[in-house]
Amino acid sequence: MRILRITPIIALFILGITVNANAQCKAFAKKVCLPELGSYTHDGNYHAAVLVEGEEAELYKTFYSDMEYRVAVSGEEDLPKVEFKVLDADKNVLYSNKDNDYSPTWDFKLESSQQLKIVVKVLTSDQAEATPESGCVSIMFGFRMKK
Amino acid sequence: MNKKYGISSGILIVFILCASLVSGCRSGGNKAPADDLSVNVPQDNSAVIRDVKQAKKVFDALPSPLESAMLIKSAGARFEQTLLNPVSDVNNYVTNKSMALNLGIYTCDLSYASLYDQTQLIIDYMNAAKKMADGLGILKAVDQATIDELEENINNRDVIMKIVSETFMNSNSYLEDNGQPAIAAMVLVGGWFEGLYISTQLVEMKDFNGNKLVGRIIDQKLSIDILINLLEQSKGNPAIDELIDQVQHLKTVFDKISISTSRVQPEYDKETNTTILKSQVKTNMTPEVFKELTAVVADIRSSFVK
Repeated sequence: MRILRITPIIALFILGITVNANAQCKAFAKKVCLPELGSYTHDGNYHAAVLVEGEEAELYKTFYSDMEYRVAVSGEEDLPKVEFKVLDADKNVLYSNKDNDYSPTWDFKLESSQQLKIVVKVLTSDQAEATPESGCVSIMFGFRMKK
Repeated sequence: MNKKYGISSGILIVFILCASLVSGCRSGGNKAPADDLSVNVPQDNSAVIRDVKQAKKVFDALPSPLESAMLIKSAGARFEQTLLNPVSDVNNYVTNKSMALNLGIYTCDLSYASLYDQTQLIIDYMNAAKKMADGLGILKAVDQATIDELEENINNRDVIMKIVSETFMNSNSYLEDNGQPAIAAMVLVGGWFEGLYISTQLVEMKDFNGNKLVGRIIDQKLSIDILINLLEQSKGNPAIDELIDQVQHLKTVFDKISISTSRVQPEYDKETNTTILKSQVKTNMTPEVFKELTAVVADIRSSFVK
């Protein structure tokens, strides 16, 4: 009986945290990730999620030969570094920000349109005994017409 | 009575909580079984992270309405107002499905009008998109301040595109964050179909060969599986199931188009700090297949705007 009585309270509490986390994620994406697109036009799509250390996310998108693109991947301040890789349809790695000091952006253009896969991974911190951090990670795309 | 109420409200709230957690974790993505990309987990934290590792977030990103419109512009196509969904039809859309699809459609039309500096249409289509967003209960996607800013910058294409992009992001992030991924998917589907509809209608058969826009239409074959995966995340929803059937029909036509690409070779250009993904592509779409594609797209789009 007691459990039944406190369950709604706990549930509402966690629900509140979840809704708040989503709102914070959106605010983070707008405040931190969006400005990384610089002079590129944001496509308007929203890709963000709360990830835990060591967790991965992947994104599939078609990129067109007429455009120049910037991909921006940002993780919240408390998270360890965020690695992202870009792979072609045959799983060949075309770019990894690990080779570029974990830069949050990558500019590219294509000779022919391609569907690419972007794999984002929150690295694990060195402190093995610490509670794993979690936080918002956002992926955004900017584009402009080829010059 | 109190006991019954206590139990049922508890169950209800736990159900809402579970639904919320699932949707909150998705944020535009779905969960898929982890594949061969390994995750290094510190042993001490493994119990905490074990559950997280069971599934991986997957985002299926369709071209946004703004990007679809930009592809038409970049192909050098003309502006044709008669192809747009008339704003006078805005009151016809009363179901969530029709409002979601037409939010995508009107946003694509708005983007198309913006790129061709159609000032009055920009205002009209922003208001139509606002009406759809309001109908879906999307708070603050397009407020009066947005309309005012649009009017003040009506001759500044860059500002207009920024406003269109921002309002679209407000809409889809609101839907994702509030556990409505099916509606969010329908908005994207509407925008994608509108871009494809306008593109196919703008191609004249006498200009078929060598037409840049035809190339961009062929490119949409690359997104058809993304589109199906996006919809399948909400499979079981009758409105989505109907869309899956329509998209599967379209896929059978796209399957008649061949695209073969050589291995992609990245080449870094130090001067522009840009990587060029070099590859050669061979495509083949016969005029007959193009006509079939045009007819199927028009038929599906017609079912969206009726």
